[in-house]
Amino acid sequence: MEHIETTDVLVIGGGLAGERCAIEAVSAGQDVVILSVVPPRRSHSCAAQGGMQAALGNCIKAGGDSPDVHFLDTVRGSDWGADQEVARMFAEEAPIAARELAHMGVPWTRVRPGMNRYFIKGQRVEIDEPAEKAGLIMHRDFGGTAKWRACYAAAGTGHALLYAVDSQVVRLGIDVRDRMEVVALIHEGGRCWGAVARCLRTGRHRAFLARATVIATGGFGRIYGQYTTNATINEGTGASVALDTGIVPLGNMEAIQFHPTVLVPSGILITEGCRGDGGYLLDKNMQRFMVEAEPDKQELASRDVVSRHMMQCMKDGRGVDTPAGQHLWLDLRHLGEKHLTTKLREVWDICRDFVGLNPAKDLIPVRPTQHYSMGGVRVNKDGHAYGMAGLFAAGEAACWDMHGFNRLGGNSLAETIVAGRIVGRSVAKFAAGSSLSVNTALALSCVKDAERRAGDWLGRSGSGPGVYAIRDAIAETMIKRVGIFRDGNELEQAVAELKQSLARVDQAVLRSKVPGMNPELSFALRLKGMARLALVTAMGALARTESRGAHFRRDYPLRDDAGWLNRTLVRWPRDAAEPSFSYEPVGLIDLPPGHRGYGSAERIEMTVPITAYNDRVADGQNAQGRQASDEPIGSRMKWGEH
Amino acid sequence: MASESAQKRRHLRFEIFRYNPEDQESTPQLQSFELDETPYMSLFLALNQIREKQDPSLQFDFACRSAICGSCAMMVNGRPSLACRTLTEDLPELIRLHPLPAFALIGDLSVDTGTWFRAMNERVGAWIHEQQAFDPNAREEPMNDDLAQAIYEGDRCIECGCCVAGCGIANIQPEFYGAAGLNRIARFMMDPRDKREAGDWFEVVSSDEGVFACVGLMACHDICPKELPLLEVHAYLRRRMLVSRIR
Repeated sequence: MEHIETTDVLVIGGGLAGERCAIEAVSAGQDVVILSVVPPRRSHSCAAQGGMQAALGNCIKAGGDSPDVHFLDTVRGSDWGADQEVARMFAEEAPIAARELAHMGVPWTRVRPGMNRYFIKGQRVEIDEPAEKAGLIMHRDFGGTAKWRACYAAAGTGHALLYAVDSQVVRLGIDVRDRMEVVALIHEGGRCWGAVARCLRTGRHRAFLARATVIATGGFGRIYGQYTTNATINEGTGASVALDTGIVPLGNMEAIQFHPTVLVPSGILITEGCRGDGGYLLDKNMQRFMVEAEPDKQELASRDVVSRHMMQCMKDGRGVDTPAGQHLWLDLRHLGEKHLTTKLREVWDICRDFVGLNPAKDLIPVRPTQHYSMGGVRVNKDGHAYGMAGLFAAGEAACWDMHGFNRLGGNSLAETIVAGRIVGRSVAKFAAGSSLSVNTALALSCVKDAERRAGDWLGRSGSGPGVYAIRDAIAETMIKRVGIFRDGNELEQAVAELKQSLARVDQAVLRSKVPGMNPELSFALRLKGMARLALVTAMGALARTESRGAHFRRDYPLRDDAGWLNRTLVRWPRDAAEPSFSYEPVGLIDLPPGHRGYGSAERIEMTVPITAYNDRVADGQNAQGRQASDEPIGSRMKWGEH
Repeated sequence: MASESAQKRRHLRFEIFRYNPEDQESTPQLQSFELDETPYMSLFLALNQIREKQDPSLQFDFACRSAICGSCAMMVNGRPSLACRTLTEDLPELIRLHPLPAFALIGDLSVDTGTWFRAMNERVGAWIHEQQAFDPNAREEPMNDDLAQAIYEGDRCIECGCCVAGCGIANIQPEFYGAAGLNRIARFMMDPRDKREAGDWFEVVSSDEGVFACVGLMACHDICPKELPLLEVHAYLRRRMLVSRIR
């Protein structure tokens, strides 16, 4: 049985969501194995820079903040695509999560009592922070929020969180297997029993059987190739293996976030905290175009809105032309060297190391770039996957769904910890209440299947395309035709191209057949999954004939609450040539759809009363395979508290 | 933006250490590759080009490619460096790449830093040793912001392994915590949330693997890609240990 191991809970992914989930399960007495493609401290969570949203309300500009206000901001940010009950649960627990992280040792920036200097909407402002708040967790401003709410540690917040959470994993002695990549879920009759993983040291496969399995593999930005801020490891493995089951749906795959300020030409993220701390966007004529575009929020509208204004600005000829394409400027010079080398230290380092710039003196070249996947494995409010008992998902890999069609900056770090806590509790409860009753023949046959797939790649010969050429073709299609501005013609073209790319995966050949992990084979084994994720993203975008959050259709520029106040679900039935799409209600509605306070105010209004919409939520979601949650739908709503 | 040297378009020659322990036919050797330089070419771009266009079997590790995750440390012309933020324009035309020493080799330029750092963190107890369980209903304990910043300074280590690879002691004494381990100790020692006392720390810091194993060459301080003040960390730990013994 050297090919099989057993545990209580298998966590796939060693980033913040996976590790926090594992801690919760271990604390409840479950044995946990974490599989991670990299040592957990190298997970992409470490690259989050600017902050974590939690309504502690500790500084003057956070005065009056509360989970209620955070809830409202999150729903508006989502363009009403979010599940409002999940957004509620999230906002209520985020302050506890931030304080728990302080308890674990995160060196949060703290409130400095007395006169503090800030930059707000282009003005230098002095604010007296009261002595009674001295030393509490400080906040900075972020986009799309009514209050300063982002808790932070310079511009290395994700790093600080990941090291604190992983320190608890070390302390608890949790079994982490790094360089292990999941290639398939083990399931039978709608019940998940673990996963098959391939060792990225040796290339050998192994089955991990578990009573509960958690997908926490992060996003799939790498389907955009180099046109993403994501790490090279964000290849959507978790979403892929879920889609491969043929049963589990992915939610809102067309909801792709583009971050406004990404360094040109290297594609490295420059935190929203720069604008939160008072940085400006400038066009080539040194004009602050966001002031005219969004007089109220200016640079701090939501990311989807700012990215669209930036793209429009460049289309209007106001961008700076370079051999690496057009860009705009991010101006931080007025913040001064002291601020830049402390509160935005990582931005300072990135500018120095990758483009040789000094942000105290130089403008920073930026343009919007793919950044975050709002969609993912569709789960209920416990994190339990639709259609598959014993399978859970948390963090960016999941569509939980608190972000709807646009995530607010700082809500991703907060989601990892909050979802880790909440989903971790559900996972532990589920595992405690079930027994491992799978036969090992199933596990061994899954291992054999995985070995056969690898063997198939190694056995191919001839003059087929290379795997990296297919990856690049997918990326070019995605950035050109499934980007910030979309339209029917482009999306149809994208779907056609992506189908072609998907077909080419089966013709591709390896040029290296070396034994061991074989980097080319390792990538080849992911390629079909990535091609499928790209295709379902484009098809979902083509089908959605409205504009909502980050999904913007030039041919359907209005948000359509009459026809599209729903969530896209996509499954890929086994052996089917094409995926199948269906739709479910977004969830119970407390805050009625309205104007977000930024972006376009025009929209198509709902035609049914909210009560009628709410009445069909449970049935509509149950029909899509929603698992019964521990508490019924709606138990965590706080009706009308806003 | 592009500096003049980057625009000159040099022709680069790479000599890269190759060995695949999983391949019985593989023997350790240096392999040569050639590449045309492009503006802002980092070793991340260069190595991926070599792998995708010339030798798809080449093993190396990158994740964030923005000098944050610590995956890609390697010996660049003899100096431990983060490959992703090393621009070829800052190097001569001949670029020699070796895997980091002091860590187990996985293959070619890829080494097992994960196992080393997990073991080190376990041995030094690199977590907050608090006395009370977290109370979800309590407000956070206040902390002076200057202290928070000082802790953050030490917390910035990304466990890339450059300081270990560049350390004369760590290369011959595998148990030595290395500068990364000592920095980790100092980070928790200065954190008032950690309730370990002088006696507890003495066991950790003054052992043969601790601060007194260091002979003070301080290459770590010069090499650290995050520019951690490792010289001061050593001085801080030695001072703390001496004071705790005098008392």
